[in-house]
Amino acid sequence: MSLTPAELTSAVSGGIGSSPQRPDGNLKVRGEFAYASDLWHEDMIWGATLRSPHPYARIVSIDLTEALQVPGVYAVLTHQDVPGQNRYGLEHKDQPVLAEDVVRYQGEPVALVGADHPETAQRAMKRIKVEYEVLTPVVDMETAVDDTPLHPGGNLVRHVPVRRGDQHAEAEVVVTGRYEVGMQDQAFLGPESGLAVPDEEGGVDLYIATQWLHVDQGQVAAALGRPLEQVRLTLSGVGGAFGGREDLSMQVHACLLALHTGKPTKMVYNREESFYGHVHRHPAVLYYEHGADHTGKLVYVKARIYLDGGAYASSTGAVVANAATLGIGPYDVDNVTVDCWGVYTNNPPCGAMRGFGAVQAGFAYESQMDKLAEALGMDPVDVRIVNAMSEGSVMPTGQVVDSAAPVAQLLKLVKDKPMPPLSTVVDLRDMPGGVSNTTHGEGVVRGVGYAVGIKNICFSEGYDDYSTARVRLQVINGEPAALAHTAAAEVGQGLVTIMQQIVRTELGVERVTILPMDTSIGNGGSTSASRQTYVTGGAVKAACAAVREKLAKLAGGRDPSAVDLVELLGDEVIDETVEWRHRATEPIDPETGQGNAHVQYGFAAHRAVVDVDVELGLVKVVELDCAQDVGKALNPQAVLGQIQGGSAQGLGLAVMEEIQTAGGKVRNPSFTDYLIPTVLDMPPMSIDVLELADPNAPYGVRGVGEPPTISSTPAIVAAIRAATGLALTRVPVRPEHITGT
Amino acid sequence: MRVNVTVNGEPRQADDVWEGESLLFLLRERLGLPGSKNACEQGECGSCTVYLDNTPVCSCLVAAGQVQDREVRTVEGLADGDRLDPVQEAFVEAGAVQCGFCTPGLVVAAHDLLDRVPQPSDPEIREALAGNLCRCTGYEKILDAVRLAATRKAAPQESGNR
Repeated sequence: MSLTPAELTSAVSGGIGSSPQRPDGNLKVRGEFAYASDLWHEDMIWGATLRSPHPYARIVSIDLTEALQVPGVYAVLTHQDVPGQNRYGLEHKDQPVLAEDVVRYQGEPVALVGADHPETAQRAMKRIKVEYEVLTPVVDMETAVDDTPLHPGGNLVRHVPVRRGDQHAEAEVVVTGRYEVGMQDQAFLGPESGLAVPDEEGGVDLYIATQWLHVDQGQVAAALGRPLEQVRLTLSGVGGAFGGREDLSMQVHACLLALHTGKPTKMVYNREESFYGHVHRHPAVLYYEHGADHTGKLVYVKARIYLDGGAYASSTGAVVANAATLGIGPYDVDNVTVDCWGVYTNNPPCGAMRGFGAVQAGFAYESQMDKLAEALGMDPVDVRIVNAMSEGSVMPTGQVVDSAAPVAQLLKLVKDKPMPPLSTVVDLRDMPGGVSNTTHGEGVVRGVGYAVGIKNICFSEGYDDYSTARVRLQVINGEPAALAHTAAAEVGQGLVTIMQQIVRTELGVERVTILPMDTSIGNGGSTSASRQTYVTGGAVKAACAAVREKLAKLAGGRDPSAVDLVELLGDEVIDETVEWRHRATEPIDPETGQGNAHVQYGFAAHRAVVDVDVELGLVKVVELDCAQDVGKALNPQAVLGQIQGGSAQGLGLAVMEEIQTAGGKVRNPSFTDYLIPTVLDMPPMSIDVLELADPNAPYGVRGVGEPPTISSTPAIVAAIRAATGLALTRVPVRPEHITGT
Repeated sequence: MRVNVTVNGEPRQADDVWEGESLLFLLRERLGLPGSKNACEQGECGSCTVYLDNTPVCSCLVAAGQVQDREVRTVEGLADGDRLDPVQEAFVEAGAVQCGFCTPGLVVAAHDLLDRVPQPSDPEIREALAGNLCRCTGYEKILDAVRLAATRKAAPQESGNR
């Protein structure tokens, strides 16, 4: 299998608004798509990582002697072998490539082994002797700031206050609550993996599954002490990401081993190591107070939100900003007091996961809206509609929402859907507990719940967020053919399909080739924040416009669209590269949180119908319906796929998914003990897709991937509350929360 | 040890196989067949599903030495040359493939289901695929794909030819 991914060519009709087949689909169903863990190179060795067993400890000594004596071992490396800067990080360079004198989380990399077989590497690892002096870990996010400082600047990563209106407003009806969100894992199926191939001049080529090639390249080059041009990255097949591949995992490690041994080095995590090898969704503790008048209109919202960033900062700063600026949800509220703190602890590092910041806040503010409805004796959908924001609304940051914000409409759409019928015959497969035969319907209660959420799309707070696209047009074999090249990571979402569709629409060709994504072209930005269709899609569209300008010159005075493309092009090759930016955002004021921080907002609403076995605490989600505005569905099939997949991850957080920690140690690093939804857990979905174009965005698109993950969780929990009458202030809801045992 | 096994109809041989190696490792690292995937390697996710003597198994849970003189059929052995199996074709058409890491295992599991139950009900499809985790799709389009493949197999003349 070649190291360089295949060029993907399709020659079909299928511009924007249609759903042509993915160009990598046939390779994937045949088992021939080369994922990072499938790569192979003549003479390659295997890398393995020795990790700390302790959440917090001082390293007294490391003895490599016996490990180096294992036959088949090529190298055993520690921090002393890191030639460049032994610090990296997305926002703060605070994380060692390999630990020096201290380890700050269980699973922190301490040493590396390169060997001829993965089992040899494991055997050698067991012979590395590390003496630790175990320290008392900091594990409570609410008190961490005043606890033992884990980093030179203390344990506060970021505090974002948001202040709007009267800070002392009073209201007729007040509801308060404390909520908790557990640590969710991205649980992408393709484990962290890659292959580093040294060249003969001290450089390295890294074939890697990541979400952002250029930010990896910069961090790897700095750690290796090499110039950027000596560290070249090519995107290998990516088996899902969901935020978990924004941070480095084995990138530097594989390159270190390759450069040290002169041998191509492959590293592949197994599932347990994957749980230790990437950041997770921040666990959160959230305190809310909502004040409303007797009609249900919100007078004020106050919130204090704590996010556990774990041992290293990762993207905690951005997560804090999202939780704070989106912290009251998609509602019009004149008086807002929000504070959000992201802190260091000795828990596993947390960073990006689909909907970050907005997911944690969404569970709390939607739980509050239900509590408010109950206090007022109102319908939970009505109280949301009374307060629903709309185009022209002002966010708590002072930013005016200047495109569609159909919050009330989305809520009405899910409310008006027909209810699934109550089953009249007992089929175990429809019961909570399924074929475990735990009930034939006795003790089973149905509940219905609603929720709506808001997410910022693209990068915020003044970040220079852009993408680079190259488009080439020429005649090949008597047929016009286009080629598109970017460094934007395809992680499964279907960007390669979207790019082809845009080129077809813009240039009127059918044959479009997508080149492998690599760092030989400019930055494509991150595959995160629901931004690639918007930003890289925008860049491809702009590059096509540049190609069309050249075509117009070739056409002289003629209308290029009226001239046959083959005739017009002749032997010409038009090749244009464009950097494209969305409109600029602003930083927020550090004291008040005011500022036009976000590019675009996305909204989705869910209705959940659940059956709960109240005696055993088992939940069966019977139906999960969604309405979402996507601006313009460039590929309707892919849009549905995002909404279904995002809703499933929200279901997971609602009823099963949590990395459980005790004293900083992970108790369930496996798919046996960390459960994600199966096809039996995921119910049928009825989905309404609105296309209310955003005039600021290419084709009017609105980011799709994250909003459904936000409202899914609180809708399901609301339904369980409706069935059980319990308060349920923590997700995931476990059986014992329902049974009280 | 040496292992002799028939894979996708071809006799294959591997030398120096370690006692602890799995069939998955044998296929991926020794026989050049990385289609079966290494997502959990503990039998929970189904991504490594292959046929062993016509029974679907998690190849990560089968020791390489156990397949001596037996027949293995992997995802790479389902298509007929350039022509995809109806299950594979339906997965692409229905949008059941996103990142695709679960796809090989799901394709084999769905292929086995339709061999046993040509027109499965939705609960039967769900039960048959319950051992295969997918993190991208929420499973709706995978169900669509299996329904589509069942229809196609029942009326093969309508099957696409690509």
